[in-house]
Amino acid sequence: MSESFTKGMARNIYYGGSVFFFLIFLALTFHTVKEMPKRDNRENITEAVANGKHLWEKNNCIGCHTLIGEGAYFAPELMNVYNRRGGEAGFKPFLNGWMNAQPLNIPGRRQMPQFNLTDQEIDDLAEFLKWTSELDTNNWPPNIEG
Amino acid sequence: MNTLKYQSQAVAKPYFIFAMILFVGQILFGLLMGMQYVVGDFLGGLIPFNVARMVHTNLLIVWLLFGFMGAAYYMIPEESETELYSPKLAIALFWIFAAAGVLTILGYLLVPYSTLADITFNELWPTMGREFLEQPTITKIGIVVVALGFLFNIGMTILKGRKTAINMVMMTGLIGLAVFFLFSFYNPTNLALDKYFWWFVVHLWVEGVWELIMGAILAYILIKVTGVDREVIEKWLYVIIAMALISGILGTGHHFYWLMVPEYWQWVGSIFSALEPLPFFAMVLYAFNMVNRRRREHPNKAATLWALGTAVMAFLGAGVWGFLHTLSFVNYYTHGTQITAAHGHMAFYGAYAMIVMTIISYAMPKLRGIGEANCNKAQVVEMWGFWLMTVAMVFITLFLTGAGILQVWLQRIPESGEALSFMATQDKLEIFYWLREIAGVFFLLGLISYLTSFFITEKKTA
Repeated sequence: MSESFTKGMARNIYYGGSVFFFLIFLALTFHTVKEMPKRDNRENITEAVANGKHLWEKNNCIGCHTLIGEGAYFAPELMNVYNRRGGEAGFKPFLNGWMNAQPLNIPGRRQMPQFNLTDQEIDDLAEFLKWTSELDTNNWPPNIEG
Repeated sequence: MNTLKYQSQAVAKPYFIFAMILFVGQILFGLLMGMQYVVGDFLGGLIPFNVARMVHTNLLIVWLLFGFMGAAYYMIPEESETELYSPKLAIALFWIFAAAGVLTILGYLLVPYSTLADITFNELWPTMGREFLEQPTITKIGIVVVALGFLFNIGMTILKGRKTAINMVMMTGLIGLAVFFLFSFYNPTNLALDKYFWWFVVHLWVEGVWELIMGAILAYILIKVTGVDREVIEKWLYVIIAMALISGILGTGHHFYWLMVPEYWQWVGSIFSALEPLPFFAMVLYAFNMVNRRRREHPNKAATLWALGTAVMAFLGAGVWGFLHTLSFVNYYTHGTQITAAHGHMAFYGAYAMIVMTIISYAMPKLRGIGEANCNKAQVVEMWGFWLMTVAMVFITLFLTGAGILQVWLQRIPESGEALSFMATQDKLEIFYWLREIAGVFFLLGLISYLTSFFITEKKTA
């Protein structure tokens, strides 16, 4: 590096640049948070949805599944599982049956544990996954398989 | 023989040793998960995949934190030209952090996660069950307490001593690490907000302040092993971390593409994250440049190898493999596939695991009273460890990339109705997962070789 470019100049670029771009990041964050209600349907977050999210966390579902593409990549994406598995008519009975059938004990198949949820809890989880299926995620995922 | 410049640097030793122990655990659980990828029910009743993954990732984070703290305790007194403010506090915090870490991991392994949530009163302040932030709230509080004590200790050391660019950058990085961790306590009911601010911990750590820590450690090592003028090395350090933050802060946007946010993040994230490889490329140029211009032949060849290796592997893993899927129109198809896993593995190994092993390689012979360097035989075995682990990680990354490309092709690109389901796709990826697991075994062999090198001492000739 050229001698005329000094350590002091490099330091100033570091401090100045970081602060400048961090302030832009904060401004964009402020704007994003303000815009979020248009996309997250927060008016539909019922007590059941809130409890469903809590159950989702309490059983570490993210340890195998992804939710909007984030999580582990061991088991299917679940933000749109509501649409994939029956929707309005069929999802709730499907989920109840599915949760109660675990573990499937098919030799060699990836194994989902039995979480011992009550019918009410499975219903809340279903409400949470219904809510996630309606989020505006800029058109992601590309298809129903997630 | 006493080879330390400042006696209080010795507190780094338990931190490094414990980091290595946790590293072994991380790799064993990684191999277990690799098996579960191909033999789905392998030990599934005993250790379900989600538990193994939590242990694998949390051990990684914690051993890197131990490594960073050890690095700080080793470097800061020497940089500040004064003894550590309180070695007693450093040792006390070591035991607190180690106990909290071990208890948390045992909690993951011994009781169902929901039980762990109950017995740690997660209801009072729910923060658990989010990727990488699975620790009980009480553990998170413990991490904050340890971090505050640690920052106080090294902060006071710097205040009473010399302030170099290296210890200022290290300090800024560590303060940033502690500050951004506070977002782990924010877990709103609204998933849109939850996910957005979750990245304030995850991204601003690994693509932000951790790069400052890495840069500072690398600069310190380069000064020591090459004897190149501090002014030159510190100038490079500032340029590199300036590039890292200028690209990386707004680069956070590449995680927001598919969250409930305005479309402009697609542009902001794509443009700035496309620049994120630059600081890593500069790091490669700088490391090789400094070693070529060396003014001394440092006897610790292994440490120099690690320093060059971490620059190259961070560039490939974080830089190149990050760029592969960072543009929003590519990420639309690759988001949450094995491509992400491929990138994650090489980036974490290259940038962070290797920088910690760099400082350990340099500092351990001194901490153990051996001298400037281990004997030649020990260094050769250590370098075997370097090459085995590094080449194995390259193969792990290539196999996961192969799996990821096929997964995108089968599951993501076709229209609904024609695309293969997730589970059906996974069956098609089996060969890649087997090869990855074999590469993982070689990684373990490399780790064993690396650890063996610590026990090789020169035979005394009478």
